[in-house]
Amino acid sequence: MEGLLYPITLTHYLVLGAALFLIGTLGVLVRRNLVILLMSIELMMNGVNVNLIAFSRLYGDVQGQVFAIFIIAVAVAEAAIGLGILIALFRNKMTVQADELQLLKW
Amino acid sequence: MLMDAVFFYSFALLTIGGAILTITRNNAVHSALSLIGSLIGVAGLFLLQKAEFLFAAQILLYIGGVTVLFLFVIMLVNLDEEAKFRQFSGQWVLALVAVLGVALLAVGGFARYWQQPTTRTEWAIAAKAPVATEGNTERIADVLFSEYLVPFEAASLLLIVAVIGAVLLARKREALDASEIPTEVRGEEV
Repeated sequence: MEGLLYPITLTHYLVLGAALFLIGTLGVLVRRNLVILLMSIELMMNGVNVNLIAFSRLYGDVQGQVFAIFIIAVAVAEAAIGLGILIALFRNKMTVQADELQLLKW
Repeated sequence: MLMDAVFFYSFALLTIGGAILTITRNNAVHSALSLIGSLIGVAGLFLLQKAEFLFAAQILLYIGGVTVLFLFVIMLVNLDEEAKFRQFSGQWVLALVAVLGVALLAVGGFARYWQQPTTRTEWAIAAKAPVATEGNTERIADVLFSEYLVPFEAASLLLIVAVIGAVLLARKREALDASEIPTEVRGEEV
């Protein structure tokens, strides 16, 4: 049964974390809707957390989990502020499409 | 051992599938629901890695907090109209270059480590027994409130600032009426 797929190693978790991060990056780069952009950023943060937890388990050290807690705290703060900005933006410009917000572009 | 692999692949499928659906759906509500699926998958991976506290935090904060916030905002800004618009920004070349570049880098790194025979046994984390005798939450609290006390306080400050900032940003401003802003500041679309 020894193979690439069966004994779950750190590599599997790292590949999964990298995939999650890349899907998030792709979402940030190609979507126009700001709400979905924020969701993609949450996906990226989760990809990082998967990595941290996998290393924490490998070394039997709880510090990786503490780092993940800080990342979750920052992600929650970021989501709250981001959505607040989004509501203010929608109230003023009546749009949430990222490429229509070009006030600073000339 | 085998059950670990089965659970890992089911949660991985849930995570990746939910993530892909999140960034491809036109309707933002569907995206938010797919995001919930993806986050549940990540929470399952936390549980599989014996990180029970983070599992609970993930469910409570992300699924109970952040995604509900997302759903509230989606309802508030009324995205039904937006679902009919063009959904993708057309930055495909940039996106492909960025994603493929990082993916190649990651795959190359993994392949290099995979070829070394020692790492394959050393990195088999599912086989490792948890070293601690006390509970996961207790160990986290020990480290968090001794070694990481200052960052912990900084995080609480950050959250307070975020809460106040979010309320200030989202609040309706009666004083600043749109007609009082000069037209060149307002732009043509207001």
